[in-house]
Amino acid sequence: MNNDLDAHNQPLAIKATGLVKRFGKHRAVDGIDLAIPQGTVYGFLGPNGAGKTTTMKMLATLLKPDEGSAQIMGHDLLKEPDAVRTCVSLTGQFASVDEDLNGIENLILIARLMGYPSRSAKKRAAELLDAFGLQDAAKRQVKKYSGGMRRRLDIAASMIVRPDLLFLDEPTTGLDPRSRNQIWDIVRALVTTGTTVLLTTQYLDEADQLADRIAVIDHGKIIAEGTSGELKASVGSGVLHVRLLDPSTRAQAQQLLSDALKTKVRLSSDSATLSAQLTGTKAASKALAALDANQIDVSEFSLGQPSLDEVFLTLTGKPAENETQKEGAKS
Amino acid sequence: MSEEQNMAKMRAALVEQVRPPRPNGIATSLTFAWRALLKIKYVPEQLLDVTFFPVMFTLMFTYLFGGALAGSTSEYLQFLIPGILVQTVIFTTVYTGVSLNDDVSKGTFDRFRSLPIWSPSPLVGALIADAVRYTIASIIVIVLGLILGFRPTGSILEIVASIVLVLIFAFSLSWIFTVIGLILQTSKAVMGISMTFLFPVTFASNIFVDPATMPGWLRAAVNANPVSMLTTAIRGLMGGRAAVAEIIWVLIASAVLILIFSPATMYLYRNKR
Ligand SMILES: Nc1ncnc2c1ncn2[C@@H]1O[C@H](COP(=O)(O)OP(=O)(O)O)[C@@H](O)[C@H]1O
Ligand SMILES: [Mg+2]
Repeated sequence: MNNDLDAHNQPLAIKATGLVKRFGKHRAVDGIDLAIPQGTVYGFLGPNGAGKTTTMKMLATLLKPDEGSAQIMGHDLLKEPDAVRTCVSLTGQFASVDEDLNGIENLILIARLMGYPSRSAKKRAAELLDAFGLQDAAKRQVKKYSGGMRRRLDIAASMIVRPDLLFLDEPTTGLDPRSRNQIWDIVRALVTTGTTVLLTTQYLDEADQLADRIAVIDHGKIIAEGTSGELKASVGSGVLHVRLLDPSTRAQAQQLLSDALKTKVRLSSDSATLSAQLTGTKAASKALAALDANQIDVSEFSLGQPSLDEVFLTLTGKPAENETQKEGAKS
Repeated sequence: MSEEQNMAKMRAALVEQVRPPRPNGIATSLTFAWRALLKIKYVPEQLLDVTFFPVMFTLMFTYLFGGALAGSTSEYLQFLIPGILVQTVIFTTVYTGVSLNDDVSKGTFDRFRSLPIWSPSPLVGALIADAVRYTIASIIVIVLGLILGFRPTGSILEIVASIVLVLIFAFSLSWIFTVIGLILQTSKAVMGISMTFLFPVTFASNIFVDPATMPGWLRAAVNANPVSMLTTAIRGLMGGRAAVAEIIWVLIASAVLILIFSPATMYLYRNKR
């Protein structure tokens, strides 16, 4: 199918223009344009409630957009939903496997639905369980799986017939670091086989690890788009966190740091720490030297990648607000 | 096993497959039915509900009220069992809505809806599996009746026909519950609303008592209740004298239910958020 499209000289997996989805008066998705090349990993980065899932559901034919249009692997989303379904797979935000059934039954179910005859369905299911490290849990009810196992099974279900385009909605939210790494490996293996992946995440780190390009989404809009390098450059190359031995020296330290770094230095809620955005790592050593020269003792310092919060702060001038927090504050 | 080996294995499982031909709607519906029946293995409570209620109702009504209502318990059984059959199967239809709601709220249906299959097949498959549950429920009621002393005078063919008629009506009725299952948020709510609807509908019928002694307005309502018509039709068939008019009315009522509620279900299903 990819080849067909290449022949038409249109190697985009997703081309979307002006997608809008309203829930009542609320514009959950508010005019999203996308051009995602085939064979790449594209990341949607944004806080809870930003509209990531809604956008993905529209692209996977589960929700009708109120406005806008899209081509998925060259098929019109609205006019040929069935052709779109043939080349995409969706692994939703909430595990879409059947908890009552066991691992292999779940995969056999999808294999049968994809047209595998009974015997080859079993074979294909076993093969995928093995590849995803779930062979020992094949006969165990999914209810008893860990979060990471459930996720892997869910992704395996999407791979029964390898799709041209895979939607992965928050594949690692709530997983421990080991499970997260396993999922990352799966995504990397997948990309080498030619599948395009669109994934959503709330972690800059994850988008950074996996995605070729990232769209930062907030309030249903793309507020920034680019490679992770470009995004990080737009928020400075990182953040310097400093912890002082003596909290009473903090005011002075703030002054020294802001002189040395020429940026705003923020005070953390903890009375002995401060943090500042960096434009380059060289500046950090200069700043620390300035503290040392003024006999301010530092008990701890670290150079961090900007967090999603910091990306937001820089891009929007306000902290990323969480939908649930917002609602909690209202009531 | 090393990282690279793992990666290689994964890649091997992912590349180079021959895509099987797309299955037709019947095949995918049967696959969904297989899934629903598999669940009986894991959640046998489903069958427990189906068996528990008819047994309880039959015993309660026969031995508590049977004598008073019909002169003797054995006479009352002849009257009651066809009605209990109707009531049991009708109550079983609620689970159609409950399990659909479960699937939707757990995201399972998001995957199904994103597959390249005939889109009603998850619903049709669930309904096929339900037909199996209804049949099991029917057999349980009839066997229980036979044990207690129910002696139908109709032929085997007429008894089979009565079960088929109940199944047709139940199938049509279950579309109401698929609508409720798709509208409400939780399966508890689906259960609650459905029962609130079914209790008056089944009790304001001729399942337990002959409406002859009821006040005029109530009798008119009870006689117009499709559940009463179904019960009369079943009594007729089991008693060897088919009530043709009632059978026709039941079929008309079933057709009307399907015509209204199956398109509504499909609409809600396709447009579910
Ligand atoms: N079915 C729905 N009905 C009403 N509002 C919804 C529905 N689904 C999502 N929303 C709202 O749309 C917004 C975007 O949600 P979502 O796409 O799930 O965000 P994300 O996936 O980025 O966390 C949120 O404000 C959410 O409350
Ligand atoms: Mg989401």
